[in-house]
Amino acid sequence: MIHSLFLINHSGDIFLEKHWKSVISRSVCDYFFEAKEKAEDPENVPPVLQTPHHYLISIYRGKLFFLSVVQTEVPPLFVIEFLHRVADTFQEYFGECSESVIKDNVVIVYELLEEMLDNGFPLATESNVLKEMIRPPTILRSVVNTLTGGSNVGDTLPTGQLSIIPWRRAGVKYTNNEAYFDVIEEIDAIVDKSGTTVFAEIQGVIEACVRLSGMPDLTLSFMNPRLLDDMSFHPCVRFKRWEAERVLSFIPPDGNFRLMSYHVSSQNLVAIPVYVKQNISFLETGSCGRLEITIGPKQTMGKMVEALMATIHMPKSVLSVSLTASQGSYTYDITTKILIWDIGRLNPQKLPNLRGSLSMQTGVPKPEENPSINIDLKIQQLAISGLKVSRLDMYGEKYKPFKGVKYLTKAGKFQVRT
Amino acid sequence: MSTAALYNDQGAAEAAVEAGQETTPTSSSSGAAFGLFSTDFKKNEDLKEMLESNKESLKLEAMKRIVQLISKGKNASELFPAIVKNVASKNIELKKLVYVYLVRYAEEQQDLALLSISTFQRALKDPNQFIRASALRVLSSIRVPIIVPIMMLAIKEAAADLSPYVRKTSAHAIQKLHSLDPDQKEQLIEVIEKLLKDKSTLVAGSVVMAFEEVCPDRIDLIHKNYRKLCNLLVDVEEWGQVVIINMLTRYARTQFLNPNINESLLEEGSGGEKMFYGSDEDEDEDEKEKKAEAAAIAKRKPYVMDPDHRLLLRNTKPLLQSRNAAVVMAVAQLYFHLAPKAEVGVIAKALVRLLRSHSEVQFVVLQNVATMTIKRRGMFEPYLKSFYIRSTDPTQIKVLKLEVLTNLANETNISTILREFQTYIKSMDKDFVAATIQAIGRCATNIGEVRDTCLNGLVQLLSNRDELVVAESVVVIKKLLQMQPEKHSDIIKHMAKLTDNIQVPMARASILWLIGEYCEHVPRIAPDVLRKMAKSFTNEEDIVKLQIINLAAKLYLTNSKQTKLLTQYVLNLAKYDQNYDIRDRARFVRQLIVPTEKSGALSKYAKKLFLALKPAPVLESPFKDRDHFQLGSLSHLLNAKAGGYQELPEWPEAAPDPSVRNVEVKESVPEWTKCSSREKRKEKKVEKPFYSDSEGESGPTESADSESDSASTTDSASASVSEESESGLESESEEESETEEEEEDKKEKKNQKKEPKKPVQESESEQSSEEEDRKPEKRSKKLKSDSESDSVEDEGSESESSPSESEDFESEAVVTKKKKAAESKPPSKSVRKEEKKEKKEMSLLDLDDFEPTPSPQVTPVNTLLSNSLATDLEGLSLSDSILSPATIIPSGALKNYELLHRITGEGLSVEYCFSRQPFSPDANMVAVQLQFTNNSTSDTKNLHMEDVRLQSGMRVKEFPEIELLPAGEMTSAVMGIDFCDSTQAANFQLCSHTKKFFVSIQPPVGELMRPVFLTENEFKKEQGQLMGMNEITEKLTLDVKCRNEHAIVQRVTTAANLSRVPCGSDKECRFAGRTVTSSSLVLVTVATREEGAAQLMVNCEKMVIGTMLVKDILLALTQ
Repeated sequence: MIHSLFLINHSGDIFLEKHWKSVISRSVCDYFFEAKEKAEDPENVPPVLQTPHHYLISIYRGKLFFLSVVQTEVPPLFVIEFLHRVADTFQEYFGECSESVIKDNVVIVYELLEEMLDNGFPLATESNVLKEMIRPPTILRSVVNTLTGGSNVGDTLPTGQLSIIPWRRAGVKYTNNEAYFDVIEEIDAIVDKSGTTVFAEIQGVIEACVRLSGMPDLTLSFMNPRLLDDMSFHPCVRFKRWEAERVLSFIPPDGNFRLMSYHVSSQNLVAIPVYVKQNISFLETGSCGRLEITIGPKQTMGKMVEALMATIHMPKSVLSVSLTASQGSYTYDITTKILIWDIGRLNPQKLPNLRGSLSMQTGVPKPEENPSINIDLKIQQLAISGLKVSRLDMYGEKYKPFKGVKYLTKAGKFQVRT
Repeated sequence: MSTAALYNDQGAAEAAVEAGQETTPTSSSSGAAFGLFSTDFKKNEDLKEMLESNKESLKLEAMKRIVQLISKGKNASELFPAIVKNVASKNIELKKLVYVYLVRYAEEQQDLALLSISTFQRALKDPNQFIRASALRVLSSIRVPIIVPIMMLAIKEAAADLSPYVRKTSAHAIQKLHSLDPDQKEQLIEVIEKLLKDKSTLVAGSVVMAFEEVCPDRIDLIHKNYRKLCNLLVDVEEWGQVVIINMLTRYARTQFLNPNINESLLEEGSGGEKMFYGSDEDEDEDEKEKKAEAAAIAKRKPYVMDPDHRLLLRNTKPLLQSRNAAVVMAVAQLYFHLAPKAEVGVIAKALVRLLRSHSEVQFVVLQNVATMTIKRRGMFEPYLKSFYIRSTDPTQIKVLKLEVLTNLANETNISTILREFQTYIKSMDKDFVAATIQAIGRCATNIGEVRDTCLNGLVQLLSNRDELVVAESVVVIKKLLQMQPEKHSDIIKHMAKLTDNIQVPMARASILWLIGEYCEHVPRIAPDVLRKMAKSFTNEEDIVKLQIINLAAKLYLTNSKQTKLLTQYVLNLAKYDQNYDIRDRARFVRQLIVPTEKSGALSKYAKKLFLALKPAPVLESPFKDRDHFQLGSLSHLLNAKAGGYQELPEWPEAAPDPSVRNVEVKESVPEWTKCSSREKRKEKKVEKPFYSDSEGESGPTESADSESDSASTTDSASASVSEESESGLESESEEESETEEEEEDKKEKKNQKKEPKKPVQESESEQSSEEEDRKPEKRSKKLKSDSESDSVEDEGSESESSPSESEDFESEAVVTKKKKAAESKPPSKSVRKEEKKEKKEMSLLDLDDFEPTPSPQVTPVNTLLSNSLATDLEGLSLSDSILSPATIIPSGALKNYELLHRITGEGLSVEYCFSRQPFSPDANMVAVQLQFTNNSTSDTKNLHMEDVRLQSGMRVKEFPEIELLPAGEMTSAVMGIDFCDSTQAANFQLCSHTKKFFVSIQPPVGELMRPVFLTENEFKKEQGQLMGMNEITEKLTLDVKCRNEHAIVQRVTTAANLSRVPCGSDKECRFAGRTVTSSSLVLVTVATREEGAAQLMVNCEKMVIGTMLVKDILLALTQ
């Protein structure tokens, strides 16, 4: 299966390599660099490459390439999914997944990789199990370790692998028992020039943060589970129970995890919280353009729209912009040609407006297409689909946990064509 | 810091700089550093010193730095001797790092590596499973051929290890050893064979992986484990699931029949008929006959899906909900390759969901969707909009989405798609625009209605500013024009003008070709174009030059008056061209078209050669025919066979013997329960056609159809919002069709009572597999039930009364039992077997006799006390098995389970418990006592059951309707369920006069048995016959409160409906029972040792029941 792993940074340096079978020379990456040159944009590097003797499967995460080498037939998604799991694990251990952080913790990274794969086949990928074998670094512990020469490796050998519940470590103890659930929904939409919705759907996730002692058995039920159209679950969720009763019954992993992700049927009408009035035009003569954008509330369910932001990828020929924003501030990055207007809270009384002129490169024909506007926003305390958690029950433990549910609506891939 | 790139053998100065960067600030020893060892020996010495010091912390520090070196891909092999000494270190982290080093360098330092072997050999015997496992991991990772025999031995031992974790490691080690020394294959296959039998979910994925790597062609090893693998699948870790599903896809292709075979046969048949009408009679006579015959065969032998095939489809379906994209993809390809056409649709939704994931995942999924859309377009049509393109998508994703959209285009949706395409054409991403233009071209060729619209649109693009766009349009227009050139001479004229501006060679070449091909339509312009081209000939690209020659030749043939000189000029230029292709072509053309004395013969045909009608090109998807590769595989993605790819075999003509998958049943099993499944199967086979003939021709065909239909509709139903009721109905119909066979058997049983055993065995063979898949659920159910009883306490008064009542009821039951015991004749051992048989028959009789007249039972108490005819009969006819438990019914309260919560039930709450009473109307049923409480303020009327949905083989005896339940009152009723020895839930609707509630009853495994009385000797004898696979032993530590005999007995009997077997030793408690439906023996032994240590042993012919029971009892004893 997975033969070797190379971590490559944005500028193309290999800064970490790990081999699970015999060593493969890093020159194999040259094929990858070639493809990377060709693709220009790192996102456009083909995830699967064929070389004379190997296959290279890579992902791009946090400005890093995770490049794995395989020699024989293997489902590509298997490798891709695993590489993402590796990146997730780094993120969980070190707070972020970047070159500097990996270099600082290279020993832990190496130990993790050693546990996660055996002969190229995934061995332990559950973070609860891994954390028991290799402790994540904390500031305190690294200071103590420096002084005493202590280690990050767990003193006791793990039991998690063999417990009936592989995703939960045994013997969890907390003084404050808490369980928090965040219902986060994202609106994916394409709105066309005239303001009609071409396509809209809601994707939701329930992120959980469960810190409960012992082996709690939780049941989460919804007021209106029928809204959910398609979903995927964390392995802890009892699928049969969901099928039969439409309740989520599970023994949670310890800590943060994604309980489920769901999709609200696109047959339902999706409420679009804001409308965008825009007028972007590039003049044929005089090498300049005009831009005017106004954003107003549409269907906000009476809630406040916050963290509103508009991002526009300008055509290459736009050299600079001079705009005035009635609210918030804007930045224009000359190298990436990205205009970001950070609006903040949407005031329904006084609609935010951005207007001004764009100066264009002279001698270049005017762009044919107007750039589309990507909208970001947040609405607290609202799940736009109307999904509501009705209750959370805990069985199996005696204490009374503290429970909390939070709702949040965000814009996902919300695009306004102009 | 790109030290790796910087570093070269440049000398110490730079090395020192580097060293400064590399040493961690914490390194106490010095700023002295290390680097490439060939250049700097001193730093090497420093590390060596650290390694040889006595301080653990120094050693650790050194090892950390060495690991850093390795991670950068630098050579640290010289330190091998110093490091290998630390392999036996007690410090776990140090040890781990040494292992890392060892695995990396052992291959290079083989002799030294051998020093460490003895340490591993010792560790392989360690009592701690994790030490054993990691020793095996490292030992097998050391790629030194000389230790192959040691590895072999270690693997064999580990494969028999008690710990599943160690066995998993051994499965991994198999692959390592195989790649090290392929000669060991035979021995390794033996180990694989053994591990395949393993029941642990931990092992399953890894061993199948090993199987795929070592002996993927030994499909025969899978037969016996097929059902087990299917059933375990849900519980296997996600990576293992992927491997198993892919392997099972291949397996199923070799073992089952094509579920769509009838369809294709019939299609062919009808095709033949059409031909017959359309063409000459004699010609097609034979063929037609054949077809008709085929169709007739298809009709005569309706396709019936092998239950094992169905099992696979059923058990993989829930995995579509996995969070792991690889698992979802694996299931999707399984359905695509194996499922009946009508059922494949279920995967679409899950695949569309994956499009939300990382872009790499999208990339792979879209490739597969593109292939699927060619064969089964309808599946993805509802999700058309999910493939719309965003400007922020990476180009490679955009192009793939475009491909899918194009494949999905048809007459109805083409206008939407074209509108969407229109926005794409304006994109800034020019590669994407080019792809869009091609897509439009393909839509235009495929869908005649929009051809003109598309063509007009593309012509407009010819005035686009971007040359790339224009060029692509030209190429596509060329292809479109070929379809009907006569209508479009003005477009050709327009394009002729473009030659002045367009520089892209492909586009120029296309235009020239068009003009040449249709020079009759543009008689004036063509020579002019040639004139221009002749001028610029020397500056053109090769492909344009070739087309100029072409154009010249064609014009010469049609209009030689005007173009003769031009042509000769062009040919002369070409004659001296640098490219030999062009020179050749010129020479060839000249000989052909210019008549000379020598070339008489050919020039006559020149016109035919050049101006032949060319067929219009078919624009095809690049994904066409990719599906001969297994979807989701690397080979499919690359469209080239990757190393180690296993071909997906074609469906077999006739199904191989399905009985190979039957799991052997031990000979020692008592006669009356023995499932001689092989014979059984054959018997069934023979009988089938008989049934289908006699009971209406199309019976089974319909069943197959309805089954698939219902599956597909269930899917769509779940998409709709009001799925619950609909899917309820549908899945029922599905089950109906599945159980049809068995029903038929039952009918037969009624008719011919000569074979009374048959139905039981029949259902058994299927159940045994089904039960296994309840296992995970079972576990959770168990936990749930525990927790629920907790919740009962929490919730307080409302439910408090119920346990006490059930206790009452219990004691009453005891009384009646005793009464019955007195009535019945004393059991005699010698005739027991026969009695059993008799009993079976009796129970069948019971069923027949009492079914039409439901016995009036409002409460169980009522039934039992009234001594209805039924109970009488039973009491008389039955052997000891039912009577004996009366003496040992557990004193503890029966567990109550919630059927309907009072909130969901809108005031009505229902609880149920397994009363452990024989259910009088049918001995094969488990009695379930329901307790209804009306908490609302209004009366509830007409409480009854409806719409019972059951797994195949299961039966339910409904409770009599409760006419009235006044507000605040409660009442109870008894129903019977034959669970067929599985923990499948029985689902039904509980209906009152106003409302319907969906509820389900699921039994813990312990309730699926009834106590049986055995003597100590009998027990031992039976136990002796249920050894090996039928025996499960588990060590445990007893709960503090549960260390005396009494407590153990109580807990075990609470967990399972078993009776105690007398025992001479006070260290052992024995229990015995039989499963309710199949009467398989269940024997439980709890042997206690010092300080709460104990051993639990369960012997049961039904392994699934056994394993589940072990879990339950373990839980009962340890908590």
